[in-house]
Amino acid sequence: MTEQSSSKSEVPLIVEMRGIVKRFPGVLANDHVDFKLLHGEIHGLLGENGAGKSTLMNVLAGLYRQEAGTIFVNGEPKVFSSPRDAIQAGIGMVHQHFMLVPSQTVTENILLGLDDPRFFLRLPEYDAKVAALGERFGLKVDPRAKIWQLSVGEQQRVEILKMLYRGVDVLIMDEPTAVLAPQEIEGLFVTLRAMIAQGKSVIFISHKLQEVSAIADRVSVLRRGVCTASGVPSKGVSRQELARLMVGREVVFSIDKKPSNPQGVVLEVNDIYAENDKGLPALRGVSLNVRAGEIVGVAGVAGNGQSEISQVISGMRQCKQGQVLLNGDKVSNRNTLFGIQHGMAYVPEDRTHVGSAPNLSITDNVIMKNYRKPPISHNGLLDMKAATRLANELKTAYDIIVPSVSTPVRLLSGGNLQRVILAREISGLPAFMVAVQPTRGLDVGAIEGVQRLLLAQREAGAAVLLISEELEELLSLSDRIYVIYEGKIMGEVKVEGGETDEGLVDVIGQMMTGTPLDQIQKEGAVAQ
Amino acid sequence: MTESTTVKQKMPFRIRIEPRLSEPPAWYPALVSFGALIVALVLGGILITLSGGDALRSYQHIAKASFGDIGVISDTIVKATPIILAALACSVAFRMKLWNIGAEGQFIMGAFGASAIVLIPVLPADTSRWVFIPVMMIAGMAAGAIWGFIPGYLKAKFNVNEIISTLMLNYVAVAWVNFWIFGVWTEGGFQMSPKFPNGASLPRLLELSKTFPAVRGLTTHLGLLIGIIAAIVLWFIIFRSRWGYEIRLIGDNPRAAQYAGINITQNTIWVMMLSGALAGLGGMSEIAGVVHRLQTAPIAAGYGFTGIIVAWLAKLNPLAIIFVSILFGALILAGREIQPSGVPKMIQGIILVCLIASDFLLRYRIIISRGEE
Repeated sequence: MTEQSSSKSEVPLIVEMRGIVKRFPGVLANDHVDFKLLHGEIHGLLGENGAGKSTLMNVLAGLYRQEAGTIFVNGEPKVFSSPRDAIQAGIGMVHQHFMLVPSQTVTENILLGLDDPRFFLRLPEYDAKVAALGERFGLKVDPRAKIWQLSVGEQQRVEILKMLYRGVDVLIMDEPTAVLAPQEIEGLFVTLRAMIAQGKSVIFISHKLQEVSAIADRVSVLRRGVCTASGVPSKGVSRQELARLMVGREVVFSIDKKPSNPQGVVLEVNDIYAENDKGLPALRGVSLNVRAGEIVGVAGVAGNGQSEISQVISGMRQCKQGQVLLNGDKVSNRNTLFGIQHGMAYVPEDRTHVGSAPNLSITDNVIMKNYRKPPISHNGLLDMKAATRLANELKTAYDIIVPSVSTPVRLLSGGNLQRVILAREISGLPAFMVAVQPTRGLDVGAIEGVQRLLLAQREAGAAVLLISEELEELLSLSDRIYVIYEGKIMGEVKVEGGETDEGLVDVIGQMMTGTPLDQIQKEGAVAQ
Repeated sequence: MTESTTVKQKMPFRIRIEPRLSEPPAWYPALVSFGALIVALVLGGILITLSGGDALRSYQHIAKASFGDIGVISDTIVKATPIILAALACSVAFRMKLWNIGAEGQFIMGAFGASAIVLIPVLPADTSRWVFIPVMMIAGMAAGAIWGFIPGYLKAKFNVNEIISTLMLNYVAVAWVNFWIFGVWTEGGFQMSPKFPNGASLPRLLELSKTFPAVRGLTTHLGLLIGIIAAIVLWFIIFRSRWGYEIRLIGDNPRAAQYAGINITQNTIWVMMLSGALAGLGGMSEIAGVVHRLQTAPIAAGYGFTGIIVAWLAKLNPLAIIFVSILFGALILAGREIQPSGVPKMIQGIILVCLIASDFLLRYRIIISRGEE
C-alpha cells in the first residue's frame, strides 16, 4: 500500500492526505481528495450533507480504510487500521453522536479503553488529572459528574477531553455545533482557540457557512466527493463564493413568499405538560396556536421538547396536563387515528423509523393514512389497483424518482423518501400539518422542493406548524416563530416579509438559550 | 456496517461483499433456494458416505419412498397436511413479529376441542358427517384460538413475552389432554379415547375407489383441501385486505403503524387468535383425518415446531407454505425408511441451515474481480 517515502515536508504541515478514494456501494464518497492541515490552524471542512466530509475524516481517524491514496502525518506515510492507530499518530475525532456511557462519570468515560489504570481504578487520582487537563484548555466540567447529568455542551467537552487525555495533536470535530445553542457555540470557539494557542490543530467539519468563516483560518470545500477548494484562507473568500463551491451554483438565500393572510385558529395547544421517553418532564406548560393560511415555526436547540410537542399534537404521546384542540375538537390523549380522521397531517422527524415502513412498497407506504376508506378499500378489502394508481399519480406529481412503485422504500434516497411522505400527507388535503425537521439531511435541490411544498400548503389555506433547528429555514418560511427552551415557550416573534434582520436573530438566539422574551425586552428598555 | 469488506487480498482475484442496493429480479430468490437445496443434498451425501452409507442409493430410496408411486405420494401428502396448517399459523403471527412458538400447543388444543364434540358427546354418534365435520372444525378452531388468545392478551395488556408464554402453554396443553385420556375418556385403562364414529372422520380418497379404482388405498383426506383453502384465504387476508395491510405494517414497523393510527394492542390479540385457530384447525384435521381418537403421542408429534421452520423457509408466504410442507412431509416419511432418527434429521437440519444461509445472497452480492483495480 505504501508507495514511496514522504515528500520533503514544508515546515508546518502536520497532516497530508493525498488522492484519497473511498467507495460505498453505489456511491463514490471520496474521489481522489487531497487535504492538507497546517500545524496550529483551525481548518474548516465545508460541504453539504453527503458531500463526503465525514467519510474523508473517518479515513483520517482510522474508522474507514481508503481504497487508494496515502496519509502522511508529520511527513511520514501512515496506515491506520483502527482509530487506535490514528490516536497513536496523534489524530482524534469527536463524532457528531457522542460515544459516552451515560451511567458513568466523566473520568470513567475518559479512562474507558485505556490500559493505564490496570486493575485498581484509583479514581480520585485521575479525577484530579482530568480536572487539571480541563483547566489547561478551558474545558470546565466536573470529573465526578455522571454523563446523564450533563448538558449536551458539557458532554461535548468530555469528548474533547477524552481526545486530549490521549494526547492527540489533531482534533477532528464532526459538525460540533449541530447540537449547541448559539451561546454554547461561542464557548466552543473559545475552547478551540485555546487549543490552537497550545499548539494543537483542529479540523472543523460543518455545512454552516457563517460558522466556518467565523472560526476557521483556512477552508477546504468538498462537493460530491470532489475537492472544490483546498485550504483557501477564510478571510479572502466571501460566503457567496463558498456557497457556490459547496453547491455548484448560486444559492438564493431567501425564498419567494406571498404576504400572509391568516384566517381562524385551527390548532390550539393549551398549557401542555408531557414527559419524554425516559419519564423526565419534557414539556412544561406549552401553549401556542396556528391559524389557517400561515406557517408557524418552533425554534430551539435540539432536545428542548420539540419532538414531544409534535408527538403530543399527533397523538403519539400522552400529555399529563393541558389539551390540544384541532378546530375545536380535543385531539390530545386520543389515538393518532382521531387526528388523521380530522384532517391532521404529520411529517415526523424520523422518516425511516416512524414515517415509513421500510420493507413495504411505495404503494403500501402512500396508503398508510387513507387505506381505511374508498377508493383504496371497500368493505375491508383493499383495492390494490386503486392503490397502485394513486401511487403512480403521486410519483409523477411529486417527482419521486424510482423505477417502480413496488420498490420497497428502504431503497429510496432521503430526498425521495421525504417526497413519498410529503406526497402522502399533502394528498390527504389536510387542514393542519405539523412538520418536524422536514429538510434535514436533504441536498439543496430537495430542500428547496420541500420548502416550496410547505409554502404551497400555506397558500392553499392549511395551517402549518414547522418545527426545525435550522433558523434560516424558519426565518424564510414562517410567519411567526415560537422559541422553545427546556420545554417552555420563551416567547413569540413575528417575521416580517421574510427578511432576516440581525436583531431578530439575536433575540431568537437569546431565547434559545433560556432568556424569556419579556426579560429581553425589559433589559432592552433599560439599556435604552 | 455499510462498508464493503475485502475478504482475500493475496489472491489473483479479489472477492468483495456488498449490500444490494436494488431488488434482485423476481426469479432470483427461487433460484437461490433451489441452489441451496442442491448444496444441502451434496453435503448430506458427504455425511451419508462418511457414516458408511451409499449416498446415491439413499437418495434414490428417499425419492422412491416419498414420491415413488401414487400410494407413497398420498402418504407424503397426509404427512404434509398438518404441517401446512401449523405453518400457516406460525406465518401469520411471525408476519406481525409475534413469536408464537405455541402452534404445537394450539394444535393439540384444536385436536382436543374437535374430540370433545365426539367424546362429551355434543353430537350423538350417528350424526351425519356433514354436520359433524363443520362443528368439529369450529370447535377445533375455537379451542386453538383460546390457546392463542391467552398469550396474545398477556402480551397486549401486560407486555408478557409471548415466546415464554406460548412455549409454556405447549406443556399445559399436553398435560390437559393427558388428564382427559388418562381418566375421563380412557378406553379400558389405555391412554387413549375410544375410536370415533365414522361420521366424525374426514372423508378419504379411498372411499371413492368404487367409482375410481385408481384411488384404492389412498389415505389422503379432506384435511388437504382444508389446508389449501386456508392458505389461499390467508394469502388473501394478508395481501388484499385492510386487516392484512395492518398486520404487514405493524410487522414491518410498529411505530409507523401507530403513526398510521393502527391499534396494535387489539391486533396483537386478534392475530394470536387467528394463529391459534389455524393451528387448532390443523389439530382437528389430524384427529379427524388420521388418528380417529384422542391420543397424545400422534398429536403432540412436533407438527407445531416443524411449522415454525416451514413458515420461515416459505418466507411467510401462505402459498409457498403448501409446497415446503410437502417437501417436509416427504423428508419425515422417507427419513423413517432409512433410519428412525439420526441421518434423516441431520439432512433436514442441513437443508434448513443452507436455506437460511442462502438468504445472505438475497441481501448481499458477491463481486469477484481480477487483480487490483
